[in-house]
Amino acid sequence: MDPIIILQAGVASGTVLLFAALGEVLAERSGVLNLGVEGMMLIGAMSAFSVTIATGNPWIGVLVAMFVAGLLSQVHAFIVITLQADQVVSGLALTLLGAGISLVLGEGLSKAGTVSLMPNFSIPLLSQIPILGPIFFTKQSVLVYIGYLLTPLAWYYINRTRPGLHLRAVGEYPAAADALGINVFRMRYFYVFLGGMLAGLGGATISLAVAPGWFSELTTGGQGWIAVGLVIFAQWDPFRAAVGSYAFGALRRLILDIQGPTVLFGMRNAFYYNPYLGFFLQMLPYAFTVIVLVIGSREAIRKRLGAPAALGTPYIRGERGQ
Amino acid sequence: MTDATPPSLIVEMQGIVKRFPGVLANDHVDFELRPGEIHALLGENGAGKSTLMNVLAGLYRQDAGIIKVKGSLVEFSSPRAAIQAGIGMVHQHFMLVPSQTVTENILLGLDDPRFFMRLNEYDAKIAKLGERFGLKVDPRAKIWQLSVGEQQRVELLKMLYRGANVLIMDEPTAVLAPTEIEGLFQTLRAMVAQGKSVIFISHKLQEVTAIADRVTVLRRGKVTAAGVVTKGVTRQELARLMVGREVVFSIDKKPRQPGEVILDVKDLQAENDKGFPALRGVSLHVRAGEIVGVAGVAGNGQTELSQVIAGLRKCRQGEVILNGDRVNNRDTLYGIQHGMAYVPEDRTHVGSAPNLSVTDNVIMKKYRKPPISRGSLLDMGAATNFAKELKQAYDIMVPTVNTPVRLLSGGNLQRVILAREISGQPDFMVAVQPTRGLDVGAIEGVHRLLLAQREVGAAVLLISEELEELLSLSDRVYVIYEGKIMGEVKIASTEPDQSLIETIGQMMTGTPLEQIRKEGSLAHG
Repeated sequence: MDPIIILQAGVASGTVLLFAALGEVLAERSGVLNLGVEGMMLIGAMSAFSVTIATGNPWIGVLVAMFVAGLLSQVHAFIVITLQADQVVSGLALTLLGAGISLVLGEGLSKAGTVSLMPNFSIPLLSQIPILGPIFFTKQSVLVYIGYLLTPLAWYYINRTRPGLHLRAVGEYPAAADALGINVFRMRYFYVFLGGMLAGLGGATISLAVAPGWFSELTTGGQGWIAVGLVIFAQWDPFRAAVGSYAFGALRRLILDIQGPTVLFGMRNAFYYNPYLGFFLQMLPYAFTVIVLVIGSREAIRKRLGAPAALGTPYIRGERGQ
Repeated sequence: MTDATPPSLIVEMQGIVKRFPGVLANDHVDFELRPGEIHALLGENGAGKSTLMNVLAGLYRQDAGIIKVKGSLVEFSSPRAAIQAGIGMVHQHFMLVPSQTVTENILLGLDDPRFFMRLNEYDAKIAKLGERFGLKVDPRAKIWQLSVGEQQRVELLKMLYRGANVLIMDEPTAVLAPTEIEGLFQTLRAMVAQGKSVIFISHKLQEVTAIADRVTVLRRGKVTAAGVVTKGVTRQELARLMVGREVVFSIDKKPRQPGEVILDVKDLQAENDKGFPALRGVSLHVRAGEIVGVAGVAGNGQTELSQVIAGLRKCRQGEVILNGDRVNNRDTLYGIQHGMAYVPEDRTHVGSAPNLSVTDNVIMKKYRKPPISRGSLLDMGAATNFAKELKQAYDIMVPTVNTPVRLLSGGNLQRVILAREISGQPDFMVAVQPTRGLDVGAIEGVHRLLLAQREVGAAVLLISEELEELLSLSDRVYVIYEGKIMGEVKIASTEPDQSLIETIGQMMTGTPLEQIRKEGSLAHG
């Protein structure tokens, strides 16, 4: 029950959520809601692990995971962008598809033994900073550090560059973007792909760094859904997504640790003696996700939170003003 | 064959044909534009004006016909290609991203800046361009913070920044208050003076004669007058070319003494869908046998006002009293049972159920009571008879009453809705934009029905953005601005009174009536 350790582990496991949430921020900013994050993470985690077993090189595993999850996301892209189907339904189906494929292809992987993982290291100087040093910069996976870099990059890209301007325009008012010669369809395909790649990276972060191994659908354990909820909670902002991800990561670790000691704050630890209470605690992040998703699905509230105005609606050319 | 075109033409469209499923929108249309002119394109809704210009702007591809720009043949595969040829269109619905700044919107889709935005640099550039053409707007402002008139200026700047020489304005005045219209006209004249050419799409005669050098008239996809000089044509002639028959401009409104107060709205405050205040203390009343207008530029709380009155939106404060009963913040049925009729703005989604038949749509307020209701069953025979009666009485043009209403034209659909509402013999009716998008004949029909309601002693609240419509139908007009009533004026005659229009125009842009009167009396000594 050392707070530093809880936070340190929280940052590590929060990185999984961070990648997935950043990917979903990009896709939703372009106007496409992709509820298939869980499925894309699973296929990412599975392919990262199996490719690493086969090649012995975790970097190749990570890259393949990103590519495979990106490919899977294109199924959703085709259905909702080209065929203009309902994004919620297609996203749910994508989760089932991704989970199904990874369970079949991952059959037997759980007994495959140990693999080489992504390297852990500490950053000189920065790790010496009191409190922050041990939490953020000591013995973290290289993927955690990549997460630190990716967050401000994503923010800057969205808010301060020309492609970012186009991304926002496509998600807010695709007809305006189209009228100025921006290819709305190509942009949406691209950002759904990017979102898929980042979800795959999140999956790879689990199986090659945070909780190494392949434990079928328990590998992700619904973290893809938490990531989707986080995007709403973060109001589509990368920095808020990072804060939320790390907070959730820390919460997961806290819930785990709180069930350990027999005595808590000088009292009998009820969470230790009563496993049902532990289950209740473990349920909390998912309950939160359900609540956020329910609230976020109401259009009026979404508008108030600043959701991309065209989120969830297919773009059909020439629908306005004949 | 020679391609030589007289250099006096900047745009030439020949034999343009454009079909949509079931509609021939443009039937061999010719159109010519000279450099440095304002050329009006006049026609009713659905005459094919916007379609023709969307072809020129690269949004649609023509099925037949050719386009020449400065004498050379062009094919536009996209709006971008059209802009590169110097043709830019300002659409009726602005193509602006509300959450982005003016500069960001103008730079959208351009190759420069390449990657990093360096907004300060471009802010200065755009401010300069605005000064040159008298288009004042803050480059750093976000679009949602701007008035509609300012947004229109951004659209113009967007096209000018891209080097457009031909500016197509699609019904640019529809969203503007009278004073803003004058500002727009000045801008257009300034642009023409600097060598630009303007195509001005409109269905309003007085605007066309006021601003255009020449006019081309379209009717049902065909040209009925090509490039006529506007000096020397009368409004009557243009109207005949546009509609195809003589048009009566006056409306038969008999003087009538209003009765007691039917609807009393007190200090209404409500929020819009985004949670921002839309109504900030609206009070008004409507008497029996009286049509009361609500004037205002679109988006100043009219929609929310009608919804609160009809019971579709909750209000935070205030009351709506109908026949002495409070009807606000209750369900809509309560209002209906107390004599409320509602003709909503959105005919196809709120006013009717598109996939249901005419019968099903007209019995929606009747099915709870005999003869249509028989216990818990519906008497479909009685329902069909009722629908047939209405079809006869209201002149609804459908093959059978079993036709789904989504197949009806706008005018017919509005008649279905009015038939349903009026057949309930309401004490009070709120009608929002009842003639929007209808052709001249259908508009006359709707106006007659509204006046008939006044005759039988119902109270009518007419919310409209068409000032002329309000002035010719209403006994009194309230003007709404940013959710507040700026003042109330009595309409004495059906003839337009210029000083009255000016007063209403000032109120529509936010000057309260008291202030106008005070300044007026100062000016007159």
